[in-house]
Amino acid sequence: MNVLASIRIALRALRINKLRSALTMLGIIIGVAAVITMIAVGAGAQNRIEEQIKGLGTNLIILLPGSTTSGGVRMGAGSRNTLTEADAYAIQREIFAVQAAAPALRGTGQVVAGMNNWSTVFYGTTNEYFEARNWQIASGKMFEASDLSGSAKVAILGETVARTLFGDADPIGQVIRIRKVPVTVIGTLQRKGQSLMGQDQDDVILMPLSTARNRVLGRGSGRLRTVGSVSIKIRDGESMAEAESQIRELLRQRHRLQAGQDDDFTLRNLSEMLAVREESSRIMGLLLAAVASVSLLVGGIGIMNIMLVSVTERTREIGLRMAVGARGYDILTQFLVEAITLALIGGFLGILLGFGGTLAIAHFARWPVQLGIEPVVLAVTFAAAIGVFFGFYPARKASLLLPIEALRYE
Amino acid sequence: MTTPLILTKDITKSYEMGGLSVQALRGVSLSIDAGEFVAVMGPSGSGKSTFMNLLGCLDVPSNGDYTLAGERVSGLHRDALAAIRNRRIGFVFQNFNLLPRTSALENVALPLLYCGVPAEERHRRAAQRLDEVGLAERAHHHPAQLSGGQQQRVAIARALVNDPVLILADEPTGALDTQTSCEVMALLQQLNARGMTVVVVTHEHDIAEFAKRMVIFRDGRVVEDRKVGQPKDAAALAAQLRADLPKIGETA
Repeated sequence: MNVLASIRIALRALRINKLRSALTMLGIIIGVAAVITMIAVGAGAQNRIEEQIKGLGTNLIILLPGSTTSGGVRMGAGSRNTLTEADAYAIQREIFAVQAAAPALRGTGQVVAGMNNWSTVFYGTTNEYFEARNWQIASGKMFEASDLSGSAKVAILGETVARTLFGDADPIGQVIRIRKVPVTVIGTLQRKGQSLMGQDQDDVILMPLSTARNRVLGRGSGRLRTVGSVSIKIRDGESMAEAESQIRELLRQRHRLQAGQDDDFTLRNLSEMLAVREESSRIMGLLLAAVASVSLLVGGIGIMNIMLVSVTERTREIGLRMAVGARGYDILTQFLVEAITLALIGGFLGILLGFGGTLAIAHFARWPVQLGIEPVVLAVTFAAAIGVFFGFYPARKASLLLPIEALRYE
Repeated sequence: MTTPLILTKDITKSYEMGGLSVQALRGVSLSIDAGEFVAVMGPSGSGKSTFMNLLGCLDVPSNGDYTLAGERVSGLHRDALAAIRNRRIGFVFQNFNLLPRTSALENVALPLLYCGVPAEERHRRAAQRLDEVGLAERAHHHPAQLSGGQQQRVAIARALVNDPVLILADEPTGALDTQTSCEVMALLQQLNARGMTVVVVTHEHDIAEFAKRMVIFRDGRVVEDRKVGQPKDAAALAAQLRADLPKIGETA
């Protein structure tokens, strides 16, 4: 007896009890659909976080000045002016693992362009900033070397600022006033969207570090040339932890810190925080898949239940088949194929429902989803495995019946 | 001397029932030649059905030897027994035992499914057997759409489909009226006339009289074994019964 014949017999047996077959399948349908949907939702969430990490600059370390203590009150990171422009250049120059180190001074202020004005954040920085932050120029150009050294009155606008001040008009070449200092717009930044904290990262103006210090912030600050932060990008393939310890070492030397003395700076690794987020979303996804798997398991038990009923109900049929020459193996195959067919049809319908559910979630809940082929393969394999696993016991029970007792069964 | 088709030697069969051992057969030795038409008779509990099941390889004897067509059957594995049932024996049951919601054709083809005959060949042979029992035009009817007599003829076609050496019929007329019984017995007689060995288990004397030989069981033993001088002609009897039926519309 070949497999094709077995499948045909199985289909006929399932057709005879349409409602019962459909209800039995329901468990598998829901289980498979749940697994597919949950995996798609989990993968979508993970994808979004990965994208955010990429947008942030994957291997980014933020270097901040240390904290001050004033009358026993510690003032928090960045409250001391221990970090200098020279530190940033030294890091870039002396540590191989560092791809770019961009010193930055931060300020806030009112910006005016013609009739419009806007309150925003500005950074005085160097061209390394674009590389460190993975940020491209959308139009115009980066700073010239002479801009950087000569405190040139130029600026590059974030997308939000450009749109707010100029609408659809081209801002390049226009003059804006930042804290009453007129500067010429030489470029715009590509849109970056919200940060993980929900801040609009495009609401920003970049200008040369010297311009910010000398002309806008008006902080004379003389010889020290302190900066508010340094964004450091580590080369691909280099260890973050190692780079971090090298940076720490270098800064402790430069700041002449004794062994045992606290660091007068803070290193922040953004990807660590993101890794935690990613991990938690991954665990969430696994949890969802696990819950969904339980419903698959329950569906499988439903199949076993119905197959057991079916074996009992069809004892005489089994007896007759044996009387006309079916071996135990033939009966085992017949019932096993029936269970697997049930599970596979359920699995197939479950895939359709799962796809539908996923698309519905994506559409109505605006949740990022990702449909892949793996969950489908997984679900089908799982469904077939359930058919075999839960079908085997009833099938074996049927195959071990004695022909004469099965024939006489009432 | 040719070897008999069926040869049993001191067959016994006992069952365990609630701790009690019940002796269903107490040493049966019987030989049936090819081409015989044997009626096995006896009251209920006489062991005739048990004997029938052993002949059909549906059950195995507790002791003794059973040889079918020169092959020693006792002691074979259940898969080997299944193969013997499939190739050598055709069964006809009291309650027909057809698969419900399955066409007559598929029912007849069932034994061929278990010996690896391709689908086309299965249907061809099943259709031929259905034609032989006069049900060619009912091939696609389900058992529920057939009369009792027709169902039993389908069952006989199924018994014949794999060209067995032996037809075993267990109370084949038990669920049928007199006229249909005669028709079914006529079919069996017709098969026997063509050389098929037929063994019928029955408790009705009328049915046994269609056979050429009667074997009577009592308390697990053969108590009588005799040739029937002149078996009744079932076909003639059936024709006569049909003629005797009051014709509808004539009574008025």
